[in-house]
Amino acid sequence: MTTPWIRPATLDEALAVREEHADWRVLAGGTDLMVDAGRRPAPAGVIDLFGLPGLVGVEPMRDGSLRIGAATTYSMLLASDDVRRHLPLLAAVAREVGAWQIQARGTLGGNVGTCSPVGDTLPALLALDAEVELVSRKGVRLVAFDDFCTGYRTTDLRPGELIAALRFGRRALFASEGARHAWRKVGTRRAQSVSKVMLAAVAVLDDERRITCARLGLGAVRERPVRARAAEDLLVGERADAALAQRASEALTHDIAPIDDVRSTAAYRRDVAARLVRRFVLSLA
Amino acid sequence: MSVPTHSPADVAVGRSPPRVDGAAKVSGRALYVDDLPCEDAWHGATVRSSVPHGRLRGVHLDRAFDWSDVTVVTAADIRGCNVVSLIEGDQPALVPVGGTIRHVAEPVALVAASTRARAFAAAAAVRLEVDELPAALDLDAALRADALVHGDDNVMKTLRIAKGDEVERALAGCDLVIEGVYETGAQEQMYIEPQGMLAHWDEHGACHVTGSMQCPYYVHSAMKVLFGLDDAHAIVTQAVTGGGFGGKEEYPSMLALHAALLARAAGRPVKIVYDREEDVAATTKRHPSRVRHRLGLMRDGTFVAADVDLVLDGGAYVTLTPVVLSRAVLHAAGPYRLPHVRVVGRALATNTPPHGAFRGFGAPQAIFATERQVDRAARALGVDPWELRRKNALRAGDTTSTGQVLEHSVGSLAVLDALRRVAPSPRPDHEGSSSPAWPPPRDELPDVRLGSPVRRGRGIAFCMHGAGFTGSGEQRLAGRASVATRPDGGFEVRSSSTDIGQGAFTTFAQIAADALGVDGARVSVLEPTTDRVPDSGPTVASRTCMVVGKVVEDAATALRAHLLAWGRAHGLSGADLGEIARAHVRDVGEAERTVTYAPPPGIAWDDESYTGSAYPVYGWAACLVDVAVDDDTHEVTIERCVHAVDVGHAIHPVMVQGQIEGGTLQALGWALLEAVKYGGGRVLNPRMTDCIIPTSADAPKMETLLVESPYPFGPHGAKGVGEIPMDGPAAAAANALADALGIEPACVPMLPETIAAARAAREGAT
Repeated sequence: MTTPWIRPATLDEALAVREEHADWRVLAGGTDLMVDAGRRPAPAGVIDLFGLPGLVGVEPMRDGSLRIGAATTYSMLLASDDVRRHLPLLAAVAREVGAWQIQARGTLGGNVGTCSPVGDTLPALLALDAEVELVSRKGVRLVAFDDFCTGYRTTDLRPGELIAALRFGRRALFASEGARHAWRKVGTRRAQSVSKVMLAAVAVLDDERRITCARLGLGAVRERPVRARAAEDLLVGERADAALAQRASEALTHDIAPIDDVRSTAAYRRDVAARLVRRFVLSLA
Repeated sequence: MSVPTHSPADVAVGRSPPRVDGAAKVSGRALYVDDLPCEDAWHGATVRSSVPHGRLRGVHLDRAFDWSDVTVVTAADIRGCNVVSLIEGDQPALVPVGGTIRHVAEPVALVAASTRARAFAAAAAVRLEVDELPAALDLDAALRADALVHGDDNVMKTLRIAKGDEVERALAGCDLVIEGVYETGAQEQMYIEPQGMLAHWDEHGACHVTGSMQCPYYVHSAMKVLFGLDDAHAIVTQAVTGGGFGGKEEYPSMLALHAALLARAAGRPVKIVYDREEDVAATTKRHPSRVRHRLGLMRDGTFVAADVDLVLDGGAYVTLTPVVLSRAVLHAAGPYRLPHVRVVGRALATNTPPHGAFRGFGAPQAIFATERQVDRAARALGVDPWELRRKNALRAGDTTSTGQVLEHSVGSLAVLDALRRVAPSPRPDHEGSSSPAWPPPRDELPDVRLGSPVRRGRGIAFCMHGAGFTGSGEQRLAGRASVATRPDGGFEVRSSSTDIGQGAFTTFAQIAADALGVDGARVSVLEPTTDRVPDSGPTVASRTCMVVGKVVEDAATALRAHLLAWGRAHGLSGADLGEIARAHVRDVGEAERTVTYAPPPGIAWDDESYTGSAYPVYGWAACLVDVAVDDDTHEVTIERCVHAVDVGHAIHPVMVQGQIEGGTLQALGWALLEAVKYGGGRVLNPRMTDCIIPTSADAPKMETLLVESPYPFGPHGAKGVGEIPMDGPAAAAANALADALGIEPACVPMLPETIAAARAAREGAT
């Protein structure tokens, strides 16, 4: 028994199939779906979007935003001048995902669609205020990624919708002179590892080194990727120093809820997340 | 005309010719068991217990499932003796109804069908009726006898070493006694090829099994016992094997019996190939251990006494555990002069899948404790840990803990001195500005990595490792190997030693070529098949090159002498040896010489008192590890790793270096990354995603220093090298962490989580 597999030639065709087969799984690169092959029951069918024209590529928009197609691979992100220049955080993340083979197949949209708490790009999407562009035969819907992600591996993807792209509207601010970016993936080993803690952070400093904007995206510290909003709020309007760094790290407890599992412990995750936030704030001083 | 002698340019030993198996493997032409063409073979699957301890009441087939195209085998189908024969006959091939289930991965029934998917579907449709019993899932539970898994106290085996005076009295006379308790966890071999076996019965009632294995004659012996076959009717062949590390020493017997049972019932060939998850969940791993160690010494640093109490978790069946325990006990005193020694080793039975052979075979667990102790002693005395080791190192003429006088090939000081020469300074700078960047920065990418400060430290470890079988094991084994002529004028080595990636076939070809005086390209090595090769003993215990290699050399020398004499008598004086061989085959048939291993003189071992020559010879190693520990994440980066190893003589220097580098990385993985996690007696992380081993990115640049103190009874002076690189690095890494952080690591693995807790405890204490 083989699984029905459709590889649409156009986005319109893809949307038609999506509407017709609500229970089929969408494959954007296969690096999640194929791991399940033979382990979990096969899906009713597969809509293979890998390489679909219109879903691939990095595009600077007229409004100044950057649009990255959902089926854009990590390798493509790494190779893109626009990503390297405007979203250095995302380039750094892409470089640490899996191995080269995974980077060549795995896609940004796939990572968003699976929405695992350990999805490597997701903290960066939070830190960069990314929006998810959803498309269906009814039209286009834009949702902040923070809202799109609703829980453990669950999203606000509605029947008939596909993830078309990620949009980065605030790239001008985040790539400005006073912007600081930081990324750290703490995995079980140096490469090809599942994350134990991730921090993707952006801060914008004014001429007097006062923090005007702060984004702290964390992964693997609760059931979904999460922004440390309490810590962010505490930073805005302040100048970084050791005391602020300490307060920010302590404020994490409002937003994270790590667990013990086969990869690490709640205590370690809590401790390391706090230390990384403190380290980031200290770097702004 | 004189017999042609070979010039140095023709000598194979000591050079590094291309591996005989290399081209086929890198080009994908090598046929592993799952690649073997056998179109009519069915696929087998194993129905396993789901409880760690229980009484099997029944095996039921789901009535809703269509069983018409499936073969099912249970213990009731075994006509002969239902055991996987090894040291003790306690492990059944399949648990019978009414019998006891002792671990969660225990095989209960087998199914075969025309496709893999069908076989797995059938296996899922078999229901086991079990009365669950309380289980003893770890060492503490086994010691408390929460459940009885073995005998009336769960103790599988106890071994004792006593040397010198009563140890309490000796310790009482010491200026200083260092005491510690050390624990190590299970380790998965994670060979690249999971286990697999193909079996079929021929029209003469002989069973042929081919598969991934280290020891064809172990499988042969297990087949004979269960099926009541004679030597000729059990034919076992090693397929190309993708690594073993000990994990394919004993377990392949289980697969062979299962595949053969299914093949007999189905009346057709049956293949069983485990996927990674089943392999990790069911097959053997390194024994978890706990060692309580007391080291007594004088103020001037002289070691006086060691008292070691060691326990191993053997798992649910005896398998090879007594032998692993033996090696642990024999290595527990370390490579040191110690007038007074007491070692008590016990192996406990638990309701976990049996633990078994893994490179090092008990020695790494014991050596971790010893080398941590020596490091703590150096710190307590305020002396350089290298100096303290050198002061107490065993030298030629000294006696070991079993009273063995070391006569030959004692490279102890040589490896320590080699280490010192390349790393003279006591340690690197302690504090660092930022953790070493990973991945390394790339010019075209903006660097946004959040760096953290690091603390650096250096640790060393020193050890000896007995090469070959323990005690009188090699005499008992009496390994044999043959060298024979080929019709084309080439030569063939015949032995049951397997090439599992370590390069045995290449080494044998080199040794035989030199003994024959022919070019290495003219020597081939026969695929080990029990009806065509003699029993050379198992491919274990760092013995293949040293013991079997010597037998190959002797057989080749004998064959050369025979051919030269025959040539002289038949008008071929002065002819090329290949020409003589061709004439011999043509005129009177194949010439073959088989030699049986003869132990070196002076080897005497007493199993009762555990005294005498524990091993024919020892390898020696000194290892240095520099670490940088991230202040925020406690991740450990190995910045430098130097390993000086006395190998006797390197037959193939590139492969020897490869063995040392691979073993060192495997040891560092065990030390810092690899954790097999159990819950309810089951492996919780049976996949490569979470049961991790180091990647190349985690591997430090290795500096390997080959030290050669020739062993007079090995081929060209060679002695075992396979296991010794596994022994020292974990302790060296732990000692480096102690140096860097002021903590005293007492367990393996030392994960960042463990280090974080130790640092927090230390900060809390000060």
